[in-house]
Amino acid sequence: MSYFFADQNIEAPDDFYEMLINAHDGLSNSDSRLLNANLILLLANQVGKVEILEEAISLARKSVIER
Amino acid sequence: MTNKKRIEAHDIVIVGGGPVGLAAAVEFSNLGIKTILLETSDSFSDGSRAICWSQRTLEIMDRSGAATKMLEKGVTWNQGRVYLKHHEIYNFDLQMETDLKMPAFINLQQYYVEEFLESHLRGKKLTDIRRLNEVDDISITENKTALLSVITPNEKYEINAKYVIAADGVNSFLRKRLGLETKGKKFEEKFLITDIHVKEPYPMERRFWFDPIFHKGQSALLHVQPDNILRIDLQLGVNADPKIESNPTRVQSRIQKMLGENIDFDIQWISVYSFSCKRMDRFVHEPVFFVGDAAHVVSPFGARGGNGGIQDIDNLVWKLASVLKGLAPKSLLKSYDLERVPAADENILNSSRSTDFMTPKNEASKEFREAVFLLSKNMPFARKLVNSGRLSSPHSYHNSFLNSKDDPAFIGKGPIPGSASLDAVLGLKSTEVWLLDYLGREFCCLVFVNDSILSSKRFEEFRKFVKTLNPQMNLVMVSRAIISKNMRATVLVDKSGKCFNKWSAIPGSVYLIRPDQHIATRWKNYPELENLEQAFKKALGHCEGK
Ligand SMILES: Cc1cc2nc3c(=O)[nH]c(=O)nc-3n(C[C@H](O)[C@H](O)[C@H](O)COP(=O)(O)OP(=O)(O)OC[C@H]3O[C@@H](n4cnc5c(N)ncnc54)[C@H](O)[C@@H]3O)c2cc1C
Repeated sequence: MSYFFADQNIEAPDDFYEMLINAHDGLSNSDSRLLNANLILLLANQVGKVEILEEAISLARKSVIER
Repeated sequence: MTNKKRIEAHDIVIVGGGPVGLAAAVEFSNLGIKTILLETSDSFSDGSRAICWSQRTLEIMDRSGAATKMLEKGVTWNQGRVYLKHHEIYNFDLQMETDLKMPAFINLQQYYVEEFLESHLRGKKLTDIRRLNEVDDISITENKTALLSVITPNEKYEINAKYVIAADGVNSFLRKRLGLETKGKKFEEKFLITDIHVKEPYPMERRFWFDPIFHKGQSALLHVQPDNILRIDLQLGVNADPKIESNPTRVQSRIQKMLGENIDFDIQWISVYSFSCKRMDRFVHEPVFFVGDAAHVVSPFGARGGNGGIQDIDNLVWKLASVLKGLAPKSLLKSYDLERVPAADENILNSSRSTDFMTPKNEASKEFREAVFLLSKNMPFARKLVNSGRLSSPHSYHNSFLNSKDDPAFIGKGPIPGSASLDAVLGLKSTEVWLLDYLGREFCCLVFVNDSILSSKRFEEFRKFVKTLNPQMNLVMVSRAIISKNMRATVLVDKSGKCFNKWSAIPGSVYLIRPDQHIATRWKNYPELENLEQAFKKALGHCEGK
């Protein structure tokens, strides 16, 4: 089963993107990376289902490796 | 010197008298089977090594009465604390239930465990423990028996053995001599493991530090053992030199920093380890059965080495005993592989994950760990990701060919086929007793009953059928209320209803339980007698692969 659809699901894409970028304002590179890691863990906890997480992780990895 | 060597013949020979080999001798003796145990050394484990013994290990040992001394001497602990620097991130209580006979864990030096098991066997005619007897060769004969060559300080002799239990530890001579190997991974990280004697007693809990102030950038673990001995594990990094790190003066100053300037202590034992997680492809190479560290090794976080090995014995011994007594076909022995290889994998998986968490392998894993720590301060979900060791628990053989299909009426609740039995406190007359004590050493039917069931014709038929199926089968009955009828058999009383609840039972529920207390199958409301018969045969290995 596939959980991920390329279709957008985020309610207000531009608002979200701006929030995401602004969150990194004034942070060093290493703090930025830590923020991202925190964010991933928080969102993963929200998602919960391991099949969905597995698919998200594999899609993310694929997109980097097959660039 | 004559050129004719003495040759003995025995059914079961155990090679290696570590905790696992000795546990095998105890189990065989408990099941009425004679064994010879050959052990190179004339003393017990050098240094403490294993210290944490799990509930399941204690339950297994308790069946033969060998747990009593362990419990008397051991330090009972259920609590653990995990710190980041000097802040406590979380604490845990392993014993959430109060109605279990055995504690979640005891800490007890490995040499005490070995001593207690050996002294338990002393005077029991069924076990012949031969120290200073080293096996220096093995070959498999045409009849599929094993020919062992044994060397002692005075002589050399041979044993022709029907079955050999290879419990000869991580560098297993038997494994190598038979051309077999273990595969897996080796961790580069070094750990200093030391036992120290302190004057003042310490709180009986497990403490784990990530990045402690006294040992920056690494991890530390502290356990309390009997005789005011503390076990301390300090992570040293990949590049540490074992020679330099085991220098007592250096160790002294590291420990002083950890415990504080005003604590007096003496160092008892120092060792620098790097750990592996490896196993053999298969543990059964008839007539040789590999058990314990000879078959698989893990890193010690999670206390899965010795405890896993004792579960091997729990699994293997009743099967060999059943085959030797002619009660089961030889195909039963194959299930040792099919049940214990996945168990070893579970142990390897868990201890590898803990070791990986302690020793992040790249920048990303370091950052995620940092994030886990940050979030765990306020968010309980993140605490679940902190991994300082996932402690040994009994493996569930839920995919085993010995199990019959679960009854869907349980909707997966209670102990599923393959899992270990759950203990409960029950009443018998005016005393408290524990369920596990009643399951016995043979197959067992655990039946949940009430007054009307007990006086029914159906139950009488069931009871008769069980006895014809296997005269040795134990029939254990549990009822919510004291049975009014004058019964011939004992009925255990579950006043609180907790036992019924735990086992997800209603009056009429039946569990078929193997001699190792793992569940073969169950019925929510009485089995058809032919289904019970089929399940019993299946659990004895009669329907391999079906
Ligand atoms: C630092 C450390 C901490 C640990 N902590 C824990 C813990 O807390 N809990 C836990 O469960 N496990 C722990 N372990 C693992 C545990 O020590 C091992 O899993 C356990 O000792 C394995 O028992 P064994 O009987 O299989 O092997 P061993 O204990 O190694 O015994 C093998 C025996 O075979 C004998 N032998 C070898 N070759 C021959 C031969 N050719 N002929 C005759 N005899 C022979 C040896 O002399 C030895 O006595 C720890 C290990 C280490 C290193």
